[in-house]
Amino acid sequence: MSALLEVRGLAKRFGGFTALEGITLEVAPGERLGLIGPNGSGKTTLINCVSGALANDEGRVVFEGRDITRLPPFRRARLGIARSFQIPKPFRSMSVLDNLRVPLEYAAGTRAGQRRAGDEAMRVLETMGLAARAEQNSAGLTQVDMRKLELARAMAAQPRLLISDEAMAGLSGTEVDEMLEILFKLNGTGITIIMIEHIMQAVMRFSQRVVCLDAGHIICEGTPDQTVANADVQRAYLGA
Amino acid sequence: MRGRGFWAAMAAVLAAGLAFTALADNPYYFNATYVVLQALIMAVAWNILGGFTGYVNFGSAAFFAVGAYTTIFLQKAFDLPLPLMILAAALICGLIGLGVGYLTLRLKGVYFAIATLAMGIVLETLVNNWSYVGGAKGTYMLTPDEHLWFDSYSEMLFMVMLILALGSIAISRALSSSRLGRGLAAIRDDELAAECSGVPTLRLKLVSTTVMGAMMGVAGAPYPYFVTYVDPLSAFNLFIAVNAIAMPMIGGTAHWAGPVIGALLVGSAQEVITVTISSELNVLLVGIMLVLFITLAPQGIVGLARRHWRRRP
Repeated sequence: MSALLEVRGLAKRFGGFTALEGITLEVAPGERLGLIGPNGSGKTTLINCVSGALANDEGRVVFEGRDITRLPPFRRARLGIARSFQIPKPFRSMSVLDNLRVPLEYAAGTRAGQRRAGDEAMRVLETMGLAARAEQNSAGLTQVDMRKLELARAMAAQPRLLISDEAMAGLSGTEVDEMLEILFKLNGTGITIIMIEHIMQAVMRFSQRVVCLDAGHIICEGTPDQTVANADVQRAYLGA
Repeated sequence: MRGRGFWAAMAAVLAAGLAFTALADNPYYFNATYVVLQALIMAVAWNILGGFTGYVNFGSAAFFAVGAYTTIFLQKAFDLPLPLMILAAALICGLIGLGVGYLTLRLKGVYFAIATLAMGIVLETLVNNWSYVGGAKGTYMLTPDEHLWFDSYSEMLFMVMLILALGSIAISRALSSSRLGRGLAAIRDDELAAECSGVPTLRLKLVSTTVMGAMMGVAGAPYPYFVTYVDPLSAFNLFIAVNAIAMPMIGGTAHWAGPVIGALLVGSAQEVITVTISSELNVLLVGIMLVLFITLAPQGIVGLARRHWRRRP
């Protein structure tokens, strides 16, 4: 089995409401996967189960051949699963630089890595175009910089898998291009990326494969072109 | 403050304290400073959980009282020397703190605060019904005869409290400016984001509550020798808990120096007012200062100072 991430028969219920059921999904190393679906279809719940923020009721999550279903989120982060949040959650009392030091100091693990955290954080900020904001307080950033910081913090500790949850929501056309460029660059360094996004044009350009969720089930899986052409996807999501 | 300057200041304060005991002999001075130092340790301890980690504890008085009653129990049962009692209080209150830490698994924000308040009431009821340590009517403690080279026992207690206070400040500073401190701040800012960044949030919260509890127990341990009469009403006094919250809030919770500044300022003002006007008025003073600071300067004195320095070129 060579998949980086395997989700097998995953189900998640909130009381009587079934948010996800029978989700089986594989993500190959280095892949760019798009995850689409209408609001409330379970996209964020799925990545919450993968990152450990929620405990799934059924099924297993396997990462690099290791069953991580019962691991707390911080252990998964240390194994190399990073995520950004739909609504940016910066560490508001800290500078932009310190925001990145946290994952570098904790997820990196080794003592030497912790000592280099400051320099490493600066290097990451440079690649993200945030170097000029390093000393600024993170609560005062603009929307696009906030989203960049969200991504920067997620990928600071060089994860194996990056899950980006609507990193582009509310951004302008050029800003979306900027974010896409960053994601392509990250993918180029070997990081596998799962992208949740409503901006179809971005999903089409970025994804090698697209998975569409509706009401907690996977209704379609295929290349971007196949997905857009799929009748179920059109009915449930695209509204054609 | 950089490392060397900090330790030099600590040594200077310690030396000044020793000089104070050698020069002054009005016992009032030692009693008054003891009260301020006791409040300072409580404020520093509260801030480790409340300020650094973002969990508001209303049960500070309970930790303080358990520290005091540890001393009473050990004195009655084994007549141990004071340093051992302080150590025992730290241990027991640290364990209670650890238990409180597990509460954070399920309780956040105001619910956590209410749980700590309830814990205080439960512990007070227990002590009220424990006749060995005096029960509801309280107990008297005899001041031991020997007091090292100091002129009186209260001078020695003042020095003990000064050392404990300096120790608390050093611990708090070490916590705040380390990897651990950044982890705690991440929890305060956003617990889920912290966890997803690799921060073991539960472990860090347990460290935070345990250190807080132990420190408050330490503040309470010498108390029975200081007042010589302890009853549950005075040891579990809500005013102790209110002070422990108000002082860091007024000084500024984000920085280790905040509770120190707040405690020195509010604590001294309370002492002055108690002597010159009335002891009721000092409660009012804390209330008014707290309201003013929360509405006008939520970052406390440290926040005001920072803004002031930043504005200057």
